[in-house]
Amino acid sequence: MTDTVQTASQAGLVSCEACHLLARPATPEHPGFCRRCGEELEWRRPRAIENTWALVIAAAICYIPANALPIFVSIQLGEEEPDTILSGVLFLYTSGSWPLALIVLIASVLIPLGKLFALGYLLVTVQRGQIKSGRQRTRLYRIVEFIGRWSMLDVFVATFTVALIQLQPLMSVEPGLGVLFFAAVVVLTMLAAESFDPRLIWDPSNPTQARHG
Amino acid sequence: METVACPDCDLLQTLSPLPPGAKAHCTRCGHVLAKRPSGPQDLPLALAVAAAILYIVANTVPLMDLSVVGRTSSTTIVGAAWEMWQLGEEITGALVAFCVIIAPGGYILFMITLLVASRRTPAPRWVGEMLRWASHFQTWSMLEVMTLGILVALVKIAELAEVNAGIGMFAVGGLVLLIPAILVNFDPHELWQRVEWADGEMPPPQADAPRPAPTP
Repeated sequence: MTDTVQTASQAGLVSCEACHLLARPATPEHPGFCRRCGEELEWRRPRAIENTWALVIAAAICYIPANALPIFVSIQLGEEEPDTILSGVLFLYTSGSWPLALIVLIASVLIPLGKLFALGYLLVTVQRGQIKSGRQRTRLYRIVEFIGRWSMLDVFVATFTVALIQLQPLMSVEPGLGVLFFAAVVVLTMLAAESFDPRLIWDPSNPTQARHG
Repeated sequence: METVACPDCDLLQTLSPLPPGAKAHCTRCGHVLAKRPSGPQDLPLALAVAAAILYIVANTVPLMDLSVVGRTSSTTIVGAAWEMWQLGEEITGALVAFCVIIAPGGYILFMITLLVASRRTPAPRWVGEMLRWASHFQTWSMLEVMTLGILVALVKIAELAEVNAGIGMFAVGGLVLLIPAILVNFDPHELWQRVEWADGEMPPPQADAPRPAPTP
């Protein structure tokens, strides 16, 4: 078996998503339940492409107000000053801490955008049935999965800035609506990565494959 | 020898028993199919108990305090999430609480429970269920991101006021190191092989022959 390249679904087997036990499905249409952990068996994550597209599009829409609206508003002696993600990066840069400015820029701007483009690229190549660069695309998927959490950075920056600077009437900071949309982008892209099935990247290279989905 | 399908590319391959500290990668896509930690079997439990102690400290002691012209304020993790909730950002406050209080707490609690329960073979059936929950919690546990977020917030605030780190902050730092240490030293694959099966049978000595699933 080690010499011939064969996938579980080519061999008519299905592996449990929860405990990875290999099982012979009850019927091809309804594979049944895992004998070891009781999880419902699926050839591939159900409706993976549709669900991932829906979540990616929703995240892309939320990304606009996340950048346009203020993350928090500083109130100093009655004067209000809104702060967006980009103005926060600029503030860090001009105040001399460019390494932190770079980290925030990467976590809040490059990672969310990169994730949206990467997932879009994976979805398009899967839908076209692309065979080549499977290994690179799987690696890209793993990076998206691993790195997603870091874009939550600005939500925590806002939360702790707000929590610490409550020195009324001298100075206080209030959260802005942008932080909600920004958190939504992070959660939606994390869910999108979870709903995508990396095995779909490889399915076109298994020609005798009978079924999936 | 055991036959497995790669979770990332579905390729069938056989796994032979691994020496301590070794990893087995999928030959096609490179996914880590199995790993065998090099530490002693009780190390994950010891790390999880240590993490539980730090977790309690991190959540009860203020993370830091801030002083400006004679006025001071301090915050805990819960306090920060609660402040967001009170200032009208209920969803964000709840999300922050989930990612840095509930998810890491649930992960540590479930890991301790399942590690204690799985000291005997066969491990009870619910251990498998709990392992799945623990891995969901682990996905959403973001203490390391929060730590960097606090650092950035402090740099911004340092212009305006004097900030002192509290004991809570050191406890968070310890947790950020301990949680990945549990992950590295724990072998879920080995645990699944010892778990009592859902269909009531004992785990077979050779779990490799795929058997038909029961009809729904």
